This record gives sequence, structure tokens and C-alpha cells, in this order.
Amino acid sequence: MRPSTCFILLLTTGLVLLLLMGIHARSSRVSRQAELQERAMLVHRLRLTDLCLFTEARYTRHPAMADLHAPFQDHPTALEHFPSGSLVTPPATLQRSYAPRP
Amino acid sequence: MIALQQVTKTFSISPTTSFTAVDNVSLTIARGSMTILKGPSGSGKTTLLALIGCMTRPSSGRIMLQGVETSFFQATDRSEGFDSSSLPERFLTEIRRSTFGFIFQQFNLIKGISALQNIMLPAYPTGEQQPVVRQRALELMEQFDLLRHCNSPVEWLSGGELQRVAIARALINNPIAIIADEPTAHLDSQLSQAFMESIGLLKDSGKTVLIASHDPIVYNSSRADQVVEMRDGRIVQQEPSV
Amino acid sequence: MHHALSRHRNILDFALSSLLRRKAKNISLFLVYTLIIFVIASLIFFVQALKREAALLLAEAPDMVVQRMIAGRHDLIPTNYGEKISAIRGVSEVTPRLWGYYYDPVFQANYTLLAPDTAPPPPGTITIGSGVARNLRIKTDDLVTFRSYSGTPLLLTVSGIMPLHSELVSADLVLMAAEDFQAMFRMPKDVATDLAVTVANPRELVTVANKIVELFPDTRPILKSELLRTYDSLFDWRGGMMVVMLAVALLSFVIFAWDKASGLSAEERKEIGILKSIGWETGDVLLLKFWEGAVISLSAFLAGVLLAYLHVFFSSAALFSHALKGWAILYPQFTLVPTIDGYQLSVLFVLSVLPYTAATIIPAWLAATIAPDAAMRS
Repeated sequence: MRPSTCFILLLTTGLVLLLLMGIHARSSRVSRQAELQERAMLVHRLRLTDLCLFTEARYTRHPAMADLHAPFQDHPTALEHFPSGSLVTPPATLQRSYAPRP
Repeated sequence: MIALQQVTKTFSISPTTSFTAVDNVSLTIARGSMTILKGPSGSGKTTLLALIGCMTRPSSGRIMLQGVETSFFQATDRSEGFDSSSLPERFLTEIRRSTFGFIFQQFNLIKGISALQNIMLPAYPTGEQQPVVRQRALELMEQFDLLRHCNSPVEWLSGGELQRVAIARALINNPIAIIADEPTAHLDSQLSQAFMESIGLLKDSGKTVLIASHDPIVYNSSRADQVVEMRDGRIVQQEPSV
Repeated sequence: MHHALSRHRNILDFALSSLLRRKAKNISLFLVYTLIIFVIASLIFFVQALKREAALLLAEAPDMVVQRMIAGRHDLIPTNYGEKISAIRGVSEVTPRLWGYYYDPVFQANYTLLAPDTAPPPPGTITIGSGVARNLRIKTDDLVTFRSYSGTPLLLTVSGIMPLHSELVSADLVLMAAEDFQAMFRMPKDVATDLAVTVANPRELVTVANKIVELFPDTRPILKSELLRTYDSLFDWRGGMMVVMLAVALLSFVIFAWDKASGLSAEERKEIGILKSIGWETGDVLLLKFWEGAVISLSAFLAGVLLAYLHVFFSSAALFSHALKGWAILYPQFTLVPTIDGYQLSVLFVLSVLPYTAATIIPAWLAATIAPDAAMRS
């Protein structure tokens, strides 16, 4: 077999797999819809505000609820103390205030 | 047929100095003949071969090619052919590829690939179908008794076999003319004789042969129709061999 | 057309044979390239899937959460604030939320205790997240002891475990009745952790928030849009570890494209000379170099992306889990729903394949443009 034939076959296989990948993604989303719904219902029922990703510290567990002092209540240098602190950026809420302008 | 009319090639070395490799050369090469360019190194033989083979353009003068079939020029249109030196680059390359086959002093084969692949290499960019080219290459290998080395890497071949591979490679695109630059420089007498025999056979089959050499075995060969002696870029003596 | 295709294939043939001639070097190039693409593509898949999941789930979060602050710090909110807030026009419902953190010294894990207002577990029982169950190695009907703030231990029976596939939101949750919660933390009955406010018209959210702050200057409303934005930017490319990983990947890529671009070896140069002398044009030589580069970059890109997909969506990003877990004892088990961000993958393609191909062609340019007669001489 010519090397170019071999390579073209390989490339085509790769592209087909890429396509299959896309199809898999789409079909997974459809088939796992029920599971997603269940999770969403749980969020609604329990009135949750955060994903349970980082359970190291309070401000990492509920980043959306954290205030300026939450990190430091866990540890004096907490913002960079826990590894997930380097992943979690300060929540958007800390940047603004709804207090009426003077 | 190839006719050179007052061809000069000058290379500029610096803004003020230049070097004339070929000086006012006029030469006619008949179709199906064997012409030998004789002379010491630096006499302009290689440059002249390059000019004829459309590898470079002359600084002045004309090189007429007659009887060459190209996609843009019908051979029957004009009896004296066309001037290759005035052609745009892409036509020149087309002519070079299909009209001339080159054999080099160092053979210039690519290491690491097989003899067969080396022979097929000049045909790759022409877009010709690979099975067709392959078949032709195998036929050439058979002609030159190389079939058993079909898939051997060229490093395994002896000097004589390499020479034959180089000749076969020059023939892959069915050229009208073969141009060889010092082909026997690295060969012993026996192999040099063998080379001249192979080349003689090619000439018999209708190919035009042009060889530059300072090897007596070559220029004293009985097969040569014309021996042109060059020195310092000029023709000093010209003798049609009897 | 046929002619052109044939030419490409022929040159591709030679390009492949050239690559195979320097097998070791090219295989290692391919592997490194694939690895780099694998890391970056895994990051792309993982982050996109997580972001998407967060957006979908948190769409169900409360419209607004009102926290109370004392001296800039979060404090418990009196439930009677809720009465005044529900009187604001546009507010349809105000529910006090009872939730907090419990640190388990035995397992050194943090749990989130929550007293739901709808269908709470009967007093004396708890419903736990599957992460907690896994950690404590307990199942339904087991007894769990909590150390309450009053010093007395609180014994609670596990009445249920939340489903495994909800771990992303519930892994560390412990649901209990409000009485147990208040007993646990010695929390008075007239306060809550914060208030969940439902606003019928989402466009009135900011107005309502302003009014709440006007009514109670010691409160801090958090809108759902801000929740979502927090998670959107959670794995932002700015984020620490991401930047490091990305920087390493890009740096290695630059180093190895540089190696390519720093010029051809003498052998390669000689080969180009030979090709030119036997009739190959500059364009043919450049096409050859293009294919040499493209073969590696295209295959590496495909391999890297496919492997990344398998890694993230079939093994739950096993290689990242260490980094994400950090020092947490409790880490949720979850399989992300596959998401493909075509835009980011195309950017990755352009940023990796193009520079690499350029790095292969450009150094060859000079060698490829030598005049054939010079090639003949050498």
C-alpha cells in the first residue's frame, strides 16, 4: 500500500472519529437529560446556590456566597492557602454594591 | 535539435567584478547525436550544460530548441524551433522536466530510500499516476539489470549499480536528451567503459546525448559524433568525430 | 484536477517516506505535540462542560439571596426582615434559608448542613449526600453523631442517601429538620443564615435589590446573574493553575517549533538540492515541506483531541482530579455531560497547526529557492 493511502485512511478515520465524538456528545446530552433535570430539581427544591466542587474551606465551597472575610476566617492567608483558592476567582458580587449612590 | 547562437553567461561576483563562465559560444547539436564537451575544470562545461538544459538563462545570445513537443508550442509551427532563453519560468521548468534527463558527477541519489524510489523521484511533481510511473521505472530497472535491487536502499549498491540507477533516473520522464556532467569522474576504467556502452545504447535508441568530461575514455569514444574543446568559457576546437 | 491531486499524493508519498527515514525524531515530535494538544483540549472540554453544567443547574437557584452584614462580615439575618421584604412590589416569595458548615474532626472533612423548607427529613433523621456516605462509610439506618455547639452530641439516623448522579450539587450535603439544625448550632429561632427571595419579573431584580438595601442598609443582596457569573469565571483562563498549565503547554510548543524553525540540517539541505537538480521546482519542494509538517500536526491534533475527549468524558478527567481535589477530603464523583466548544477547538487548531506548519516551511524556503544549476554543481 502506498504510504499516502495509509495516511489518508488514518486521517479519514480520525475525522470520522471526530464526527462520532460530536454525535456522541449530542446524543449524551439528550439521553442524560433526565439526570440533569433531577439535579436541577434538587437545586430548586433545596434552594442551592453553589456546586459542590471544593470542600476544602467555606469560601471555596460556596464561592458565590463568600464575602470579603470568608477566606480569612478559615486561615490567615487563606486566599492562596488552599490549592483550590488558586482556581477560584473572587465572586462577582464583591465588585459591586446595591447601596444607593450618595 | 539544439542550436546555440552566441551564448554568453556572466556571473557577477561583486558590484564591480563579474566572471564570464561561457563566452560567445555558438554550437549546433543534431538530434540523436552524441556531443562531448572536453576541457579542464573551470572551462565552462558545466555552465554550458546548465544553459542547454534550461537550468539557467544566458546573459545574452539565443538557445533554439527544435523538435521539442511542449504544451504551448507545436513543433511543426516553426522549423527553427523556439528560443528557450526567452521563456517564462514555468514553461522552462516544464521543458526541463520533460525534455532533459540529467546524470550528475556525484550521482546525487537520495540516501535512505530505495533504488526504485530514486528512479521514480523526478516524476513525482509531474502529477503522473504513480502506478504508471512505477511500471516504467521497473522496466528501466530491468533494462539496466537492476531488478533484484528493486527495494534495496541505495547505500547497499555498488558503484556500477549506482551509476546505472543514475542513468535510469535520468530516463524516467522519457526525455529527448540526456545531459551528463563528468559521469565517469568517480569510476574506474572498467565502469567507465560500461558507462559509455550504456550511453551508446541510449544514443542508438534515438536519444540525444550531451556529456561534459575531461576523461579520455569519454572523449575518445568512437560513439561520439562531435567533440567540442573548451577553455576559459570559449570553444577552442571543435571536431566532428569520424 | 486529477493531475493536481496526483501530484499532491506523489509528494505526500515522498514526505511520508522522509518522515519515516528519521523515525525516532519524528515519533518523539508527534508524541510531544499530541501531549500538548491533549492537555489543552482536556482543559477546554473540562472547563466548558463544567461551565455549562453550572449554568444549567444554577438557573434553578433562587432569584436573589439576601445576606446580612455586620462590620463587613456575614452575619445571621433576622427572619422578620423577610416580612418587610415580601411587602416590596415584585417580590412573590421570601423564604429563610438555614444552612451552615460542619467540620468533622475525625475525618477532617467539611460538610454542609441544610434544613430544607420543603419536605424536610423527620426530626432525628438526616438525608445525606452520597459523598458523605462514602466518606463515613455509612448507609441507610446507620447512626451518626454530631458534636453540637452546646457540647452535647446529637444522634441522628440516616433516613436516606441522595442519588449518586446528583453529587455535583449534593455530595457533601446533610439535610435535617429545622429543629435539629437549630439545636446543632444553638441558633435562635428568629434568625436564618440568609433569605431566598423570589421575584416574578427578572427585569425588576435590580430595582428590588436597591429597595432592599434602602430598607435594610445592613444587607447584601446577591442576584442569580451574579451567581452564574461567579461560576462562569470560575475556571477562567486567568485562574492560577490553568494559567500555569497553559503556560507550560505553550512554552513547550514554542520550544519545539523553534527547534524546527532554527534551520535545516546539512543533510536536509543537500536533499533539497538534489530534488531541485532532478527537476523539482521551488513550489514542489515547499509542498513537500508543507506535507511533512502537516502530517505530524494533523495527526497529533486529531489524536490529542480524541484522547482528551476520552479522558474528560469517559474517565471523568482522571488526570485533573488530583489538582482539583486539592486538600479536600470529600471530592464529588461526577461524570460530566459531554460538551464540545467548536470555537475553542478551532482556535486551538489554528494556533497549533499553523505555526507548526509555518515553522516547517519557512526554514526550507531559502534552501528551496536555490537555482537548479547551483544545485547541479554542489
